Amino acid sequence: MTSTVNGSDVKHTTPEGEERPLLEIKDLKVQFTTQEGKVTAVDGVDITLYRGQSLAIVGESGSGKSTTAHAIINLLPGSGQIAGGQIILDGQDISKASKKEMEAIRGRKIGFVPQDPMSNLNPVWSIGFQVEEAIRANGIATGRKEVRARAIEVLKQAGLQDADRRLKQFPHQFSGGMRQRVLIGMGLSADPQLLIADEPTSALDVTVQRVILDHLESLTRELGTTLLFITHDLGLAAERAEQLVVMYKGRVVESGPSLEILQNPQHPYTQRLVAAAPSLASRRITSTIHGQEGAAHETGSEVGTTTDTIDLIATAEARAEAHEAAAAQPPAIVVEDLTKVFKIRGSGDFTAVDKVSFEIPKGTTTALVGESGSGKSTVAKMLLKLEDVTSGKIIVGGKDLASLTGKELFDLRSRMQPVFQDPYGSLNPLRNIGNTISEPLVTHGVGDRASRRARVFELLDQVSLPRTLVGRYPNELSGGQRQRIAIARALALKPEIVVLDEAVSALDVLVQAQILRLLADLQAELDLTYLFITHDLAVVRVIADNVCVMQKGRIVEAAATDDVFENPTEQYTKDLLAAIPGANLQLGA
Amino acid sequence: MAGYIARRLLQAIPVLLGTTFLIYFMVFAMPGDPVVALFGDKTPPPQVLEAVRERYNLDKPFIVQYLLFLGGIFQGDFGVSFSGQPVSEILAVTFPVTLQLAVLAVLIEMVFGITIGLVSGLRKGGIFDASFLVVSLILISLPVFVVAFVAQFVFGIQLGWFRTTVGPGAPIQDLVLPAIVLATISFAQIVRLTRASVIDTGGQDFVRTAASKGLSRRRIVPVHILRNSLIPVVTYLAVDFGVLMVGATVTEGIFNVPGVGRTLYQAIIRGEGPTVVSFVTVMVLIYLVINLLVDLLYAVLDPRIRYAK
Repeated sequence: MTSTVNGSDVKHTTPEGEERPLLEIKDLKVQFTTQEGKVTAVDGVDITLYRGQSLAIVGESGSGKSTTAHAIINLLPGSGQIAGGQIILDGQDISKASKKEMEAIRGRKIGFVPQDPMSNLNPVWSIGFQVEEAIRANGIATGRKEVRARAIEVLKQAGLQDADRRLKQFPHQFSGGMRQRVLIGMGLSADPQLLIADEPTSALDVTVQRVILDHLESLTRELGTTLLFITHDLGLAAERAEQLVVMYKGRVVESGPSLEILQNPQHPYTQRLVAAAPSLASRRITSTIHGQEGAAHETGSEVGTTTDTIDLIATAEARAEAHEAAAAQPPAIVVEDLTKVFKIRGSGDFTAVDKVSFEIPKGTTTALVGESGSGKSTVAKMLLKLEDVTSGKIIVGGKDLASLTGKELFDLRSRMQPVFQDPYGSLNPLRNIGNTISEPLVTHGVGDRASRRARVFELLDQVSLPRTLVGRYPNELSGGQRQRIAIARALALKPEIVVLDEAVSALDVLVQAQILRLLADLQAELDLTYLFITHDLAVVRVIADNVCVMQKGRIVEAAATDDVFENPTEQYTKDLLAAIPGANLQLGA
Repeated sequence: MAGYIARRLLQAIPVLLGTTFLIYFMVFAMPGDPVVALFGDKTPPPQVLEAVRERYNLDKPFIVQYLLFLGGIFQGDFGVSFSGQPVSEILAVTFPVTLQLAVLAVLIEMVFGITIGLVSGLRKGGIFDASFLVVSLILISLPVFVVAFVAQFVFGIQLGWFRTTVGPGAPIQDLVLPAIVLATISFAQIVRLTRASVIDTGGQDFVRTAASKGLSRRRIVPVHILRNSLIPVVTYLAVDFGVLMVGATVTEGIFNVPGVGRTLYQAIIRGEGPTVVSFVTVMVLIYLVINLLVDLLYAVLDPRIRYAK
């Protein structure tokens, strides 16, 4: 009945009473050998998982959650090895199993659904081949026809309706969501007792993610499979798993029933994580407001007060004030009937952006939201004049972009700056931080050497980075630091408009929260206008004043942020909102 | 697919015209009168010289010479060498020899290069890997004529395993030693390429996924690692085959192999314009066809590549 998880007594009843756990990890230690010696990636992790249960390991990148999952099936990358502890599967310590025994366990007893559907299927073999070899290796069926029939069966089970027709196709002919279904089908093909799903949907659009997770959930329940989830998304974990294990720097900091942890996080790290999760934070914004209005039944407001870093709430409130002040001024950007048609050889034209119109008032943030392929990034590219406009108008600061040439266009570039998604790809690895930030100043001939240096220091202060970073190179910095550098570079010329194309999407939750707050502070301080491109509606609520929801090149809904969240009129917007992981959690209940 | 092949063949036409023109021009611009040189120390009467010139079209302006030559090629006439033998006949004799040599060399490269590269890649940093790193570095840094002479001396003269020269009409086993020497040029490259490719593929996510499905190492290595790693290696081998097909001048020269390379070399020395240009034209054709085959092979190896109509 009672199991001790990492020292803290957490009571939870098992579905079948006193039965022994299916998976028990005791004091697991995983080490990697590097040139500087041994690095401990997982340090004394205890996890207990009973038959038929679902458990999620939550943590940011580098917390050791994926390493734990790989240790269970003994497929640690590179120099990784289990340095201590036990992994007991159904009474057998598999951490000491031989290669042969392990091969028999993988697939047959433990199924595995990997993280990235794009890289986890071999591109040179057909889907059918790859599913069939899994079935054959585990002795589920023999004979060509039986194997093929079973392959079709598992793929259909995983939600690939036309499986029999698509067996001969190759991975590149499948969309990301479809590939993930194939991987789920493969993981379940030998009917394993335990399924490990390592961030099974983080590479997918939010609505696709929801469909797939729903499917995975009902499928595992139907088959009675025990589910071990690995995710960085606390909202998703709480929504999908009964038990939560929070990992931080290789250790388990907290574990227990999901809702309990969300409502009453004990460890400071968990508290910060709960506070920073955008999907949960935006719920709390409403609950705090309700609380102030005197809605006594809203116990949810307590969740907010238990944490000391309610960054996002403060951010959101500051934004609301700034917004009122800005309403009087003329709009910074006006987009009218903007259209972009790509010519595709052989298959005619493709309209990526279709008569899109919106205005962004000065000093405010407008978010352009949509799934991949909705045309949102193309709008940003046209605004930055990185892509030609097919028809329609873009007016920036009262001037039509199309009429600008040479010098005027050059000047415009100094007033409008981009920040891109990938902080690893957008900084030149061969230039140090000082040169990176001062590059726009040099290009536009601003100041002399000394004044540029002073400006670089000032910018580093503004983005809260130490001045000592000036001589360092991008590869020495973390993702969050790099994104701060990219923002500093964008601000170097004191622009009026910043176009943020998925600027926080690649970052961990806590870092994301920091960058969002930084952006809000900078906006208040420098009166910046933001065009914020994102697929993540949860982030939108925290940062944006107005929202335009894009679908297939058109704006299907445009309104003030709160209206969109509280009274969405379009079905598509409702779907997007419902798909935010954790959105349906009853935190206060 | 058919459309793609047709387009590629059409593209070959300007390439062929350009190369033949350039080669013809260069041979034309070579110093010295080939006709006078033909007679050595003797001084033939001017009428004879004139007759020879007329026979080989050497009395006409350059552009006319070139067009006449080109017209001949389109009718299947590759011209006549100074010895009076039609160039097409010379080609028919030398070409099979070079083909045998190239096939042998590529087979040796393939079997040893891929095997050693695979083992090195799978056991990265081990003793096997380290020793073949040294061997391949030595082979890369040695010029082919050094390898050829050493091989001739050790295996041909001291051990007596092979004959040191091949000569016309020699049996195919005589080509083994020159083929080994030829193979050493690319062998090291193949080993390095296979090794790098195997290491790269071995670290791919889908290899881990294959293992997570419960597949044994014995299945993963050939099916998921080697198959994917071979894509760059096989294309390199095919291009290498193309290079060997157009003649390994130095090696053929050292072993006295009566192949394309040696014959071309002699024709250049003698300033035999038509022979040189005909040979080069055929070589360019072969090279273009092999390159097209390589590109098509690429699509077979990697299903992601499909050529647009």
